[in-house]
Amino acid sequence: MKRFSTATRVMSVAALTIMGVGLAGCGGGAGGGSAASATTAKGPIKIWYSNNEFEVKWGKDMVASWNAAHPDQQIDAQEIPAGKSSEEVIGAAITAGNAPCLVFNTAPVAVPQFQKQGGLVSLDSFPDGAQYIKDRTGDLADQYKSADGKMYQLPWKSNPVVLFYNKDLFKKAGLDAEHPKLNTQAEFLDTARTLVKSGAAANAVWPSPSSDFFQPWFDFYPFYAASSGGTNLLKDGQATFDSDQGKQVATMFQTLYKENLASKEVYKGDSFAEGKAAMSLAGPWAVAAYKGKVNWGAVAVPGVQAQASGSTFSDAKNVAMYSACKNQGTAWDVMKFATSKEQDGKLLAASGQMPMRKDLPATYADYFAKNPAYKQFAEEAGRTVEVPNVSNSVQIWQTFRDAWGKSVIFGNQSIDDAFKGASDKINQLAAQK
Amino acid sequence: MSLRTSDGSPVTGAPVGGTTDQRLVTRKRKNFLGRQPLGLLFSAPYVIYVLGVLAFPLGYAVYISFHDYFFTAPGVQVDRPFVGLDNYITVLTDPAVQRSFANIGVFLVINVPLTVGLSLVLANALNRVTKLKTFFRVSYYVPYVTASVAVVGVWLFLFQQNGLVNAVLGPLAPNPSWLVNSWLAMPTVALFVTWKQLGFFILLYLAALQNIPDELYESASVDGANKRVQFWNITVPGVRSASVLVTLLATITGANLFTEPYLLTGGGGPDGASTSPVFLMYQMGILQGNPDVAAALGVVLVIGVLLIALIQKRLVGGKED
Repeated sequence: MKRFSTATRVMSVAALTIMGVGLAGCGGGAGGGSAASATTAKGPIKIWYSNNEFEVKWGKDMVASWNAAHPDQQIDAQEIPAGKSSEEVIGAAITAGNAPCLVFNTAPVAVPQFQKQGGLVSLDSFPDGAQYIKDRTGDLADQYKSADGKMYQLPWKSNPVVLFYNKDLFKKAGLDAEHPKLNTQAEFLDTARTLVKSGAAANAVWPSPSSDFFQPWFDFYPFYAASSGGTNLLKDGQATFDSDQGKQVATMFQTLYKENLASKEVYKGDSFAEGKAAMSLAGPWAVAAYKGKVNWGAVAVPGVQAQASGSTFSDAKNVAMYSACKNQGTAWDVMKFATSKEQDGKLLAASGQMPMRKDLPATYADYFAKNPAYKQFAEEAGRTVEVPNVSNSVQIWQTFRDAWGKSVIFGNQSIDDAFKGASDKINQLAAQK
Repeated sequence: MSLRTSDGSPVTGAPVGGTTDQRLVTRKRKNFLGRQPLGLLFSAPYVIYVLGVLAFPLGYAVYISFHDYFFTAPGVQVDRPFVGLDNYITVLTDPAVQRSFANIGVFLVINVPLTVGLSLVLANALNRVTKLKTFFRVSYYVPYVTASVAVVGVWLFLFQQNGLVNAVLGPLAPNPSWLVNSWLAMPTVALFVTWKQLGFFILLYLAALQNIPDELYESASVDGANKRVQFWNITVPGVRSASVLVTLLATITGANLFTEPYLLTGGGGPDGASTSPVFLMYQMGILQGNPDVAAALGVVLVIGVLLIALIQKRLVGGKED
């Protein structure tokens, strides 16, 4: 043993040295060239887009038309590599220094973290950057501004969340399927009771009870937005949900769980598409997904009072430029090309998702006239609420989700105490830089 | 530090004559490379693998755990100040972390004895089976080689509110049901993992059983020992080294539990009752961008597992042969 120990030690030091040198080499990968020259550099670029089949089709067509016109600035495009989530894959790519120039599926909640990592390029660094975004999206774009006042993401498309319902199950429960009583949260609760007690549906609604930080976007947040006139989870760095409106939404969901109108169990699949639940919160992507599977209708997410134009959660995905990109001038041009009126129209036609443009219903009036199912979403798209763009955003949502699970879903703590505790912790997290 | 020869005597003064010098060089080379230098070459790939994939990340995790650290893009200069034990204090005072360790304790208490007991009994039975031997061995091994994602669906079908188990139990079914019951969620996960990994541990025991000479059983039989007595007095002591291995492996894999609660109970539900330390590491380090706190949790977990493994080895291993 003693004879090998010296050799082993030497090899260990050698291996660590080699790896250290390698890592140091990796660390210097982003160097070269000033920020100003990078933003004007032209040449080939890489982009990633979502693996959603409709977006893949749009992405391929968009890339083909760009490449045909720009032989010296070709786009090498691929779907985001598989992982537990796109955000994890992108985060790892930033750290490794091999992120693409553009990702057409950047979640707003992940932007503060990517920004902290030094992984994003401020779009304000392009002379026409801020103006282009303002002209395309209007005031709604302000929600995507980072704490330093800059834009690190281009608001691209939203999936305004609405309440889908199964007309066949409503009829079975003796409810009016064409004019359902879903105008207020009280009506929503009564309807849920009727659906389950009549035996028409095992569950009135089945939002995922999992602890994932993003699940509030598909139970609490749309109802909270509708109840509070579009209030963000944070306002001026302070949590807003520990309020009458927030607790009212929480109490409504707690009742759903207590009365077994919603299941506390995980469902592997789409409970709405498979007829296990009579209602579901989803965006316009669901129109194509439920086609031929469910005889559905959709209404705006109910508020406390009936309202003609309530707010909802945006479920947006944006385009961001990553700092590993060498030819940022081309990347910016591609960004504008891919979010042009023409390409936005093609994206809308291919995926049914709402380009984040001001006056969307008027801009694509022909499309909405031919596809009336999407018109409601286009109108909702102008009244969407985004996740707060602050540091620790994921931790903030996880804190909220844990409190929600403890109090609302599993009833192990009062809503008052859980919301107060979560609100205090979130205020601290939001204050951190 | 003075130079010493292989027998430990100090080398003083200049060597006398070329022969002594050559001998000294040869001895030093032998000291450095060992008796079989070629062995170093053959083992080098694995040593490099261990250093690169295990030792370096572990060492780096320890470094991260003592600093205010987050991942950045290459070339980005940020301060990563030394923070002493701050990350460890954050971890150890976090109620969610404390609960996750309690959860994993429950898991290990159920999973490890069940794994050792069932795999030994089933391996012993399989060792005696003469017909359909391959069929049975493959049957036990299939769950182990099947991805958790695939078999989780079967367990959900069995243990959900309207699942098969509750249908059989009727009025005796627990309320809330298994996977949303704070008391039953972790035991159900432990059962699932036991079932899934049993095939691998059975194989280990089957290999160990081949080392027990048949003569021992024949002698015991002549002495009038029945099968149960033979099992306790020949089989169990005969596979002791395998039992140590199975216990340690089951503990280590159990302490690293992640996929099963992630899939079966919706990420550690209900209300954190099946959260594991590794799941929290994933949340903190990957999702929330706090690898420093996650690394501290990882180091605490490694130390905990090493301590448990040491105790188990003392208890199960007995005296080294």
